[in-house]
Amino acid sequence: MLTLSAVAAEAPRPQPKSGIEYAGGDVRALQADDFGNPGMLWVARGEKLWSAPAGRSGKSCAGCHRDAPTTMKGVATRYPRRDVGGGELLNLEGRINQCREQRQGADVLRYESEELLALTAYVAHQSRGMPVNVEINDANRVNFERGRDTYYRRQGQMNLACTHCHEQNAGRKLLADTISEGHGNAYPVYRLEWQSAGSLHRRLRACFFGVRAEQPAAGSAELVDLELYLASRARGLQVETPGVRR
Amino acid sequence: MSMLARVQVPAQARRGDVFPIRIAIQHSMETGYRPDNFGRRIPKNVINTLTCRYNGVEVFRAEMGSGVSANPQLQFYLRAENSGELVFDWVDDSGQRGSERAPITVTA
Amino acid sequence: MSADRRRFLVSCSALALAPALALAQQNPQREALLREVTRGAALRIGRVLVDTPTLADNGHSVPLRIAVDSPMTAADHVRRITILAERNPRPVVASYALGPYSGRGEIVTRIRVADIQDIIAVAELSDGSFWMGSAHVIVTELACLEG
Repeated sequence: MLTLSAVAAEAPRPQPKSGIEYAGGDVRALQADDFGNPGMLWVARGEKLWSAPAGRSGKSCAGCHRDAPTTMKGVATRYPRRDVGGGELLNLEGRINQCREQRQGADVLRYESEELLALTAYVAHQSRGMPVNVEINDANRVNFERGRDTYYRRQGQMNLACTHCHEQNAGRKLLADTISEGHGNAYPVYRLEWQSAGSLHRRLRACFFGVRAEQPAAGSAELVDLELYLASRARGLQVETPGVRR
Repeated sequence: MSMLARVQVPAQARRGDVFPIRIAIQHSMETGYRPDNFGRRIPKNVINTLTCRYNGVEVFRAEMGSGVSANPQLQFYLRAENSGELVFDWVDDSGQRGSERAPITVTA
Repeated sequence: MSADRRRFLVSCSALALAPALALAQQNPQREALLREVTRGAALRIGRVLVDTPTLADNGHSVPLRIAVDSPMTAADHVRRITILAERNPRPVVASYALGPYSGRGEIVTRIRVADIQDIIAVAELSDGSFWMGSAHVIVTELACLEG
């Protein structure tokens, strides 16, 4: 049974469609406008933070990683990722906080804080236009499978799984919205509803709320595993960070 | 955290030409109607005034209320006169100020 | 939007010099608001284009362009543009001081629109006259919210 579902889930799917293709004209225009896109304010803040010393080491991100447009190019396409010697599966936020703790001797940044969003947006932005390309291998297969199980598990009072909206009904209307395929390729995004930039985990938690299910914490293993599974579904889509959504 | 802003001014313009100016500021533009996570009302705090001076002369002023979107952005126009500097200043209800400047070269 | 703009332009030419307050008379709230902006002076419909999508994706951030037909010379220019959204909790959205140095009587911004309503822009010209334009905006709601 397990092998069967694994085969089914990894069978070729039709070409994924980014959420921006389901968006209205104004949202598309705003995302395409590098000055008007409000998410660029977070990218600009991230650029400043990149070269700001932090923690006991007094080192900045740039102190080790130098010029982000060169060294961070393509990095976001490979996340979430697990280090070769083991360790947890980390998304970009997790990697940034790991660096702060272990290399900079700094406090971890709170999930959804302006600083963590800004740094994540800045790093992910360096991969804009490049295809999502996570690799599923022996090191992360267990995370992939857990993420896929979450995707297909009915939850909450509405008794719905991710698949019921974002796979089986993508492109159809839900009130005044068009349901997207639920890809994470544009995150962190500036969402008009939030009036702010926000993380993929914030958006995922809103989905859990929507089906009246218990919300996993932002940054929790459950959501990072789901993020990996979503990234595997989004393979080939271009990174859009910072995206704009309704 | 200081208020982060981005301004877009052409580096160069011909005298007499009208050019666009864009400014975007990271600010939540709190309406005063929104509760925080504990149900307490977040006090109104918006950027209420933004000015632009061109070589020291005020050439634009925006007075804004809570009806302006969060992370406000604005585009307006100016006629190129002389080379020099554009200075943008703004202040919010809490008294926090921000400023940006941009040079401009005007050719004949 | 283009259909609305056409309707708007048609109404402009037809009503060019009609006193706008006549239109506002069935709406005392709007009348009071407009009187406040014009300080009681006559208000005419025309010369002010309010360009915004008829169907806004999200009321928190509706794109808006106001363009006033003016040569923007020392003798004839726009002094002030005021944006009103009468069904917002605070109807005066923003007010902008311009002058001949602006070169163009136009501003672009994004505003909060609380409800389906008319967005009104009033321009005060250097000769002391007041002109207005408006656009009807329908705000749609999201299906999925956070809480």
